[in-house]
Amino acid sequence: MRNFSALIDGLVFMPARNGKIRLLADFFATTPDPDRGWALAALTESLVFHEAKPAAIRQLVATRVDPELFALSYDYVGDLAETVALIWPERPERANSLPPSMTEVVETLRAAKRGQVMGLVEGWLDTLDSSGRFALLKLITGSLRVGVSARLAKTALAEWGKVDLGDLEECWHGLTPPYADLFAWLEGKSDRPAAGKGAGFRPLMLSHPLEEEDMAGLDPADYAAEWKWDGIRVQLAARGGERRIYSRTGDDVSGAFPDIADHMTFDAVLDGELLVARDEGAIAPFNDLQQRLNRKTVTAAMLKEFPAWVRLYDILFDGEEDLRGLPFTERRARLERWHDAVRPRRMDLSPLVPFEGWEALKGLREGSRENSIEGLMLKRKDSVYVAGRPKGPWFKWKRGALTLDTVLMYAQRGHGKRSSYYSDFTFGVWRGEELVPVGKAYFGFTDAELVELDRWVRNRTTRRYGPVREVEPGLVLEVAFDSVHPSNRHKSGLAMRFPRVHRIRWDKPAAEADRLETLQAMVMG
Amino acid sequence: MKVCPEGLYVEPGGFYVDPLRPVERAVVTHGHSDHARPGHAHVLATAGTLAIMRQRLGEGAGATTQTLDYGDAIRIGDVTVRLVPAGHVLGSAQVVLEHAGTRVVVSGDYKRRFDRTCAPFEPVPCDVFITEATFGLPVFRHPPDLGEIDKLLHSLSIFPERSHVVGAYALGKCQRVISLLRAAGYDRPIYLHGALEPICKLYEGFGVPLGELRPATVAAKEELKGALVLAPPGAVADRWARRLTDPVVAMASGWMRVRQRARQRGVELPLVISDHADWDELVQTLDEVAAPEVWVTHGREEALVHHATQRGIRARALALVGFEEEGA
Ligand SMILES: [Zn+2]
Ligand SMILES: [Zn+2]
Repeated sequence: MRNFSALIDGLVFMPARNGKIRLLADFFATTPDPDRGWALAALTESLVFHEAKPAAIRQLVATRVDPELFALSYDYVGDLAETVALIWPERPERANSLPPSMTEVVETLRAAKRGQVMGLVEGWLDTLDSSGRFALLKLITGSLRVGVSARLAKTALAEWGKVDLGDLEECWHGLTPPYADLFAWLEGKSDRPAAGKGAGFRPLMLSHPLEEEDMAGLDPADYAAEWKWDGIRVQLAARGGERRIYSRTGDDVSGAFPDIADHMTFDAVLDGELLVARDEGAIAPFNDLQQRLNRKTVTAAMLKEFPAWVRLYDILFDGEEDLRGLPFTERRARLERWHDAVRPRRMDLSPLVPFEGWEALKGLREGSRENSIEGLMLKRKDSVYVAGRPKGPWFKWKRGALTLDTVLMYAQRGHGKRSSYYSDFTFGVWRGEELVPVGKAYFGFTDAELVELDRWVRNRTTRRYGPVREVEPGLVLEVAFDSVHPSNRHKSGLAMRFPRVHRIRWDKPAAEADRLETLQAMVMG
Repeated sequence: MKVCPEGLYVEPGGFYVDPLRPVERAVVTHGHSDHARPGHAHVLATAGTLAIMRQRLGEGAGATTQTLDYGDAIRIGDVTVRLVPAGHVLGSAQVVLEHAGTRVVVSGDYKRRFDRTCAPFEPVPCDVFITEATFGLPVFRHPPDLGEIDKLLHSLSIFPERSHVVGAYALGKCQRVISLLRAAGYDRPIYLHGALEPICKLYEGFGVPLGELRPATVAAKEELKGALVLAPPGAVADRWARRLTDPVVAMASGWMRVRQRARQRGVELPLVISDHADWDELVQTLDEVAAPEVWVTHGREEALVHHATQRGIRARALALVGFEEEGA
């Protein structure tokens, strides 16, 4: 546990993404198999065992510590796992009771029955030091919360092993803890593990925002245009009898969309936009889609009221055949042929938008006032499908109003009937590796969304200051605003006019939120 | 012995221990500014403490001063006074008072673990023990110092291009951290914020070796990459630290034990190194001095009073105000 607990300690205090990556890389380099693999599984929440409830932990500590002293300490420290980790009486070291390894802890927990967990924990607490106890308690309560997403862990692995992140993503879903084959590959001792035969996630190809000045250098004849739909990006993977729906970061969201998964009776991997559509293809506003997001399961009533739809725009695999090496126009032709042949229910094709020159396209973009359209996508006709965000082949060209993807930083209790909710949100954008607050918003979301936001804030609080909670940087708020001005009253040097939450981007990783430079560029001359 | 607005008053001797306001006669336990205040007419302390007071307070160190070596006894009024090492910082002492067959010990600030920069604490059995309780909660248990120093050295190896700035109080903590680093085999120059230099010189004058120290203020930016820099806690998050390239901010303090508290201070690398007794040491000391009565001067007194009471000791909190957490 020693390396793992040192890692957890380091991550708790490390605000910078790059710093976290370095700590992870150092950990993977200096920790043997299978300890490092189990740690990776813990960090990416890929472990399944019976978790311990806080009440059981309080009961356990009461058998060892004077209740009055515990109460005074808990009051001072504020966090249960930390209080118990710090206050647990140290035993003099005994040669026959070495602290457990990560592997011993995880393997024992995985095999344990519910009723055995607290007994195991008690024995381990007696042999670990305070950092080890903290890591163990966080692990068994299922809340490491050290600001490491699966994406960040993979990035660290790729950097450390000097392999391409896309390559790693490609095989990720075929892997199981403790990942011996992955580490062997990253250390150059074997070839890359085979991509999962089943319905594994294939990393997505992403676009860059189109700047007006970019257009001069681009030949319109090289590009195809599509509408940019106001939904969420998904990958539908149906391979060898397995069906999976993935978010853009590779999270499996199949359980939340049985109305799509039910119709994935084909063998293909497709790229498209998840929307809500009541009648065949009549797209509902994004708000309706919000009702379906961020849940693990779904009720029959929701399925009926907010039926999901997928608008397809790319095909990655047709059966066994990997189409990603083909240029866009050929993939598009294959997609159309495939769709014609298969005719899957609750799905249609995103049409190509024909245009003559950039000026005409600009007109089309401004003219599209449909709610479900955010703007346009431009895709180079010869572009092959590659992982990540290469500059040039794909552009997104959003329409109208100023919007910014920000990260939720603080939440404050509201007033009046909202006083029991965290409803006033301070959001920030990245400056270097830090978040700087750029504004506050307290409307733009529905009551149902407020309940979700409130729950998110309570679960992700890292610190409290009176009525204000600081949260971990993990939720992207797309904020709309009328304009932005220089201001010396704000730490960021900028003030937004009339900011409101445009949408809550449950699907977007915080690291991909906008940077301060983007907001600075929006200041009106 | 009674508690006045000026501080702890020893009536049969007509003097105060660590008075908070200027008085006629003061006995001072150690040089931290919340214990050694300026403007007393007569000050009695160890040579180390007096040297520190002169350096920090100049004329304010006392109109007249008198040195009392550890272990020597002196009579003031009806009271016999001895100073005994407290193990807190250079020159720090407990004040042992004897009067009419009763022995009272005022601990001042103290710690129990080995520190090569000052004389070790000696427990003195007594009738009344007046103790500090800065870390008087059972969550405060300082880990072994060298383990904390290892964390610092490990971070230097992971981030070799970043300077590591360690926040440490000027008196005591700074020299202790340097001496621990030397003990761990770190022999490169250590860079100092200007405010730390005089006390380091003073320690060296008292025979505490600190190895090669350089002023951080005049060092070239390039030279500070990957270097260890010590600065007062306040300067670490301040404009002063901007001269450093992307520094790793460390802090050496007993408060770093609690993660939330460390995070609040923006610390990336908390080092739990304290010059005060932790909970176990407070409890151990109560056992060793075996006093039937305990007074708690400052700190988190509630838990320690509760603990003592449970053990059948008469205990009360004096709730002296004016003592801060310098040197914690
Ligand atoms: Zn002190
Ligand atoms: Zn003190």
